[in-house]
Amino acid sequence: MSRDVTRRQFLCIVAGCAAAAATGCSDFTHTALFRDNFRDLSPAELKDILADLEKKHSATYGKQVTVGATPALDGVEFGYALDLSRCIGCRRCVRGCVEENNQSRDPQVQWIRVLEMDSEHGINLEHSDPYYDAEKVPEDGKFYMPIACQQCRNAPCVKSCPVGATWQEPDGIVVIDYDWCIGCRCCMASCPYGARHFNWGRPSIPADDMNPATHYLGNRPRPKGVVEKCTFCVQRVRKGLYPKCVEVCPVGARKFGNLLDPNSEIRYVLDNKRVVVLKSEQNTQPRFYYFFG
Amino acid sequence: MLHKRTPHTGLLALAAFAVAGLFLLQTGLSVTALAASTANAVGVGVGVDPHAVPVPPPPFKDEDVFPCSECHDVEDEPDTTRRQLEMAHEEIVLEHDQENRWCLDCHDANNRDHLRRASGALIEFARSYELCGQCHGTKYRDWKAGVHGKRTGSWLGAKQYLLCVHCHDPHSPSFKPLEPLAAPMRPEEIR
Ligand code: SF4
Ligand code: SF4
Repeated sequence: MSRDVTRRQFLCIVAGCAAAAATGCSDFTHTALFRDNFRDLSPAELKDILADLEKKHSATYGKQVTVGATPALDGVEFGYALDLSRCIGCRRCVRGCVEENNQSRDPQVQWIRVLEMDSEHGINLEHSDPYYDAEKVPEDGKFYMPIACQQCRNAPCVKSCPVGATWQEPDGIVVIDYDWCIGCRCCMASCPYGARHFNWGRPSIPADDMNPATHYLGNRPRPKGVVEKCTFCVQRVRKGLYPKCVEVCPVGARKFGNLLDPNSEIRYVLDNKRVVVLKSEQNTQPRFYYFFG
Repeated sequence: MLHKRTPHTGLLALAAFAVAGLFLLQTGLSVTALAASTANAVGVGVGVDPHAVPVPPPPFKDEDVFPCSECHDVEDEPDTTRRQLEMAHEEIVLEHDQENRWCLDCHDANNRDHLRRASGALIEFARSYELCGQCHGTKYRDWKAGVHGKRTGSWLGAKQYLLCVHCHDPHSPSFKPLEPLAAPMRPEEIR
């Protein structure tokens, strides 16, 4: 369906309220089912939708939840670098990410996956283990490679989505409109990094641990039946903060910043270190780099 | 007449002065704030000391341990012979190039409240990174750029740094292993 006839209008026509479709269907307009794709919303519609979501989530979690939609900052393209010679595989980033981004605890959803690999074999995804369970890390002869969304410049997930529910923002972050996602999981099949996760069940987040500072395209609570993934903590980074995983990593293995700023930490890494991207043969052109400090 | 000011113009002049003062104060403040944030953005301090980096105070294990001169009296002639310590600090086991170095290579014999460079120049504990940097030059360079070690705060503004010794015990610097958090569930375990 072309986005000239919006989903709202289409549904309204099907529902037989053609007149309302022409003028906008009053009460139904802003419910998840009847509204437009995020990118087609007018500022007034967006404002109403954010207010509705804030009301709904505040009631559910018993605290003041904010749902923002801060747009990309001018002159900013985000990049990320992870120092493989520092990471010890402690999974603090996994927990930090789950808590910051309101990932479902049950059924378990985790955007970061830390792979354990043999130093002897180097980076070898086929012989990696995400389920390692050591007393203490790092273990001798092992190294660790955390993987989440690589924010590809040439993102197969975006191309494969049949409804345009996922796209790349001007700052490079690939986002999802959870209310536009139809749950077909084409993007999951096309992502070479296993970075996308499906909500098979209704996500559960303990009210006490729910992070109330949310972004529409990021960590707001998701409904059942939609896909989600890392957004570089869009709710934080567009306010100038580091992503949560950068903040919690005890060894400082994670580096983040503006690729367009020649004085940024991320540019220092690209200018001075040997970096690799994962699966470069796929031509996804990740904004996530691994380096050896 | 010109040299006489009516009370009215006097007040005006005063008011103008006050406004200018306020304006200056404000401009001064914002420029300082800007300088601070620019300094942080590139990871190196500006102004009087181009090498200063915004770091927290050194993490002394025991709060009473500093200043060292409380115990190490400068009047006493220090014993500078290399030896196994027996009276104090015997809990410190040096695992940091111990074949070639001992206490007084980094601690100054005559000024215990300072560290010393290989050249003999004194370094404050708050700037111990300069001491580490004389051997670990590439790590020091990366640290100043915000790339070796942990930074928190804002990618475009003020950042918090850590000293080398917040993560590396200077007497035994290798990073100590940690207990990992729980492994993820396997797909078949997720209901
Ligand atoms: S928190 Fe840091 S050291 Fe621990 S697994 Fe994540 S990236 Fe590696
Ligand atoms: S890593 Fe996967 S989900 Fe992320 S942008 Fe690339 S293809 Fe899309």
